[in-house]
Amino acid sequence: MTATLTRPILPTALVEGLDDPITDGAVKTKELVIVAESGDLERTWATTILASTAAAGEMKVSIFFTFWGLFALVRPEVRVTGTNWMQKMLAVMNRPGIDHAKLSKLNFAGMGPWMMKKLAKQYGVAKPGELLEMAQALGVRLIPCQMSMDMMGITADQLIDGVEPAVGAAAALELMTNADASLFI
Amino acid sequence: MTVTTPVAKVVDASGLSCPLPIVKTALAIREIGSGDLLEVLATDPGSTKDFIAWTKTTGHELVESSVDGNVFRYLLRKK
Repeated sequence: MTATLTRPILPTALVEGLDDPITDGAVKTKELVIVAESGDLERTWATTILASTAAAGEMKVSIFFTFWGLFALVRPEVRVTGTNWMQKMLAVMNRPGIDHAKLSKLNFAGMGPWMMKKLAKQYGVAKPGELLEMAQALGVRLIPCQMSMDMMGITADQLIDGVEPAVGAAAALELMTNADASLFI
Repeated sequence: MTVTTPVAKVVDASGLSCPLPIVKTALAIREIGSGDLLEVLATDPGSTKDFIAWTKTTGHELVESSVDGNVFRYLLRKK
């Protein structure tokens, strides 16, 4: 075994720029609300990265899933959602489930997401589905939009476990106005 | 600084990118008791600033941080 020198890191040099008034140990719980409107792979990724990281930092996090974002909450085994032909066609053209998200650009009939996921694996980046699971384990609240569920014909039993009851825009706005930061992704 | 308390849990986040080292640490620190030590190994160069920021936000203590080759080692004490 070769003896390697362990170089200590001086925290003082690195703390620069990270100073904030919280020094007395009294940590206030901050709240983050994300409105997940997009079902695009890269945006779903941003949502799940921020939500899991914020929850890891002991922030109170809620994600409101609306419009295309709602498909991320559909169970992976559900192929087609909806009751009428238009809702079904929507799901056929845009397969529900977080693992089936497409890129907004360079999708190339699935080649783009395939390459992105291959690169992610190579560089040790977790996929949105994995991050969503970890976010849930860290207590992130997943809240679906009732109107989007109705319009797209998605039922509560088609959603993954742990999702909260659906709410409307007024409830989402109340969450946002009480939060320290709100993001629309 | 010499730490005599044994490490309660080790998180090996080598080869993992942001935000996994922090997220895995947050999940693991829930499984140990207050005052217990958690050791984290990571290769993500961004993790150093992340751990400083994370301990500031959460109130857990960053007891030690070092680098050995390309492996960063963080020793954390749960608040």
